[in-house]
Amino acid sequence: MEHTHPTIPRQSWTFSNEINSEIRRAASSGIYDIRGGGAKRRVPHFDDLLFMGASMSRYPLEGYREKCETNVTLGTRFAKTPIELAIPITLAGMSFGSLSGPAKEALGRGATLAGTSTTTGDGGMTEEERGHSKLLVYQYLPSRYGMNPDDLRRADAIEVVVGQGAKPGGGGMLLGQKITERVAGMRDLPVGIDQRSACRHPDWTGPDDLEIKILELREITSWEKPIYIKIGGSRPYYDTALSVKAGADVIVLDGMQGGTAATQDVFIEHVGTPTLACIRPAVKALQELGLHRKVQLIVSGGIRTGADVAKALALGADAVSIGTAALVAIGDNDPKWEAEYQKLGTTAGAYDDWHEGRDPAGITTQDPELMARLDPVDAGRRLRNYLNVLTLECQTLARACGKSHVHNLEPEDLCALTIEAAAMAQVPLAGTNWIPGQNGF
Amino acid sequence: MASALKQVAAGDTVSLQAGLNDLLTLDMAVTELREVNATLQTASIETNDDSWQILNPRGSHAVAVGLDVPIKVIVKGSTGYYCAGMNKQATVHVEGSVGPGVAENMMSGMVIVDGDASQYAGATGHGGLLVVKGNASSRCGISMKGIDIVVHGNIGHMSAFMAQKGNLVVLGDAGSALGDSIYEARLFVHGSVKSLGADCIEKEMRPGHLEILSDLLVRAGADADPTEFKRYGSARKLYNFNIDHAGEY
Repeated sequence: MEHTHPTIPRQSWTFSNEINSEIRRAASSGIYDIRGGGAKRRVPHFDDLLFMGASMSRYPLEGYREKCETNVTLGTRFAKTPIELAIPITLAGMSFGSLSGPAKEALGRGATLAGTSTTTGDGGMTEEERGHSKLLVYQYLPSRYGMNPDDLRRADAIEVVVGQGAKPGGGGMLLGQKITERVAGMRDLPVGIDQRSACRHPDWTGPDDLEIKILELREITSWEKPIYIKIGGSRPYYDTALSVKAGADVIVLDGMQGGTAATQDVFIEHVGTPTLACIRPAVKALQELGLHRKVQLIVSGGIRTGADVAKALALGADAVSIGTAALVAIGDNDPKWEAEYQKLGTTAGAYDDWHEGRDPAGITTQDPELMARLDPVDAGRRLRNYLNVLTLECQTLARACGKSHVHNLEPEDLCALTIEAAAMAQVPLAGTNWIPGQNGF
Repeated sequence: MASALKQVAAGDTVSLQAGLNDLLTLDMAVTELREVNATLQTASIETNDDSWQILNPRGSHAVAVGLDVPIKVIVKGSTGYYCAGMNKQATVHVEGSVGPGVAENMMSGMVIVDGDASQYAGATGHGGLLVVKGNASSRCGISMKGIDIVVHGNIGHMSAFMAQKGNLVVLGDAGSALGDSIYEARLFVHGSVKSLGADCIEKEMRPGHLEILSDLLVRAGADADPTEFKRYGSARKLYNFNIDHAGEY
């Protein structure tokens, strides 16, 4: 009798091991999965774009001799005191509470050494952060935890947070295990309870109200501070136009790869628009209003390399902002803690239970022993180094395209590797002059 | 009340030599908002410019915001959004009604509204006393963080939503979903409550609460018997997420 060969066991694509494990987790716990970070799924991104570089029709700049400027001024529309940055890369808002005090200090140190700004987060302004940040943006959030006029006035800019890329339309939750006496005190709540951050502001709804709210903030701060509006990648064309209408000096646009301290995985992975798809509609809105470069656009969500920075700028951003990458630079998910990640049931690079407060790297925790693992001075230097590398890489690409300032990068310097990226970034598919969606095709 | 009225208009110097108890005047018919606020924010009690009146507010937004000095400001008329926002130390008395967000995020001092207040009165306030002699609309005391609020009339729905600290006193009735998702704030209501929000329950009125309430009523000029009030606060069942309570949100 002829032997029947068995088939190779076939794993369902629909019911993959990953999906099945989530089904089992849900069935055993009865609650959705909560985690930190941004979208982990693959979405069209800056990797799908290439710079074409100079050739016969473009004139390059000498990489080691000719200047390529990187400075950026933010807040030129209404503020009496705009912010001057040496590099077009800022540090995104991350809260004290979700992050440890030493981590916030490290972010401030690194940003200051590199000539850029850092940003507070939900929970208010800490002395560590203010003291070590030459330029500090103070977030004005729905929870208003720790909000007070003194900190407003000692900030260098104010960022009204309407949404964030990881969870447009969602609020936040800082679980009780991270609510130490200090965190609770800053938030006017009891120690150890879950602290909810509302999804919308308590005293305004919509851009008409926000315009008045911004008037109030300007009056309180004597019209000195640039006022940013941060929006999650949702409907970037309309959201940008409405932010302009509301009176923003600067718009921070955070795509779906942008991180969060903690929210539902289903929210992170299934709500929002990829960063790549956000930029051109936002720039279009600014251009139609005659305010491109006058209302500055900061793009965030998945910025990792100088190439990402350069591509975002080429698509029309004035600057970018980094969060997750900055945490990695100061030590988040470092393989040197692998044994401890394993004990937590994960591995370096995948650890995302930031809300639990057990971070081996001492960054997303309030545990004194774990926090002590992070040396803010050393971590600040690492962040400075990383920011410098991002800047050098961005300059390298800009010079190759013949630009004496990184802001001179333009969409015409780019082509796309995929049709999806071509459509989203509105640059031609490589080797063609086809931009999907233009000229009726 | 004033023995001398002196006007600070556009172009005038603000360093007026007013005598004690004089009322300095800012007339918004001729003075821009920026100058009104800048004048009040830089007023000094040492030079006796500690008592002001604002004429013709005409529903302007952001009037008398960001004050941080123990001055007295009388607003002769009604204002728009965020009157006395983020107030510290100052006493602001509005002889009219106010738009949304009066005394939002107040830190200290006192704000008195003779008329009605629109939505979000006293929102996120950290301290001080807000007195509304008329009614307050919806979401009064939303996310309050230590402010005391006394409303002589009624309050609207969703008031004291996510209220963290402080006291909200209502001499009239409260609308629906009072104290939804409340934390540690205390709510005292003399009249009826249409409905309580998630995790908000009626609680025992103990002697310490009566003391707090009596003091607030006196300071707010309210003639009411503290023993006739009911106290509401948090059941504390939603303080830590529990899947078995998900249906209560």
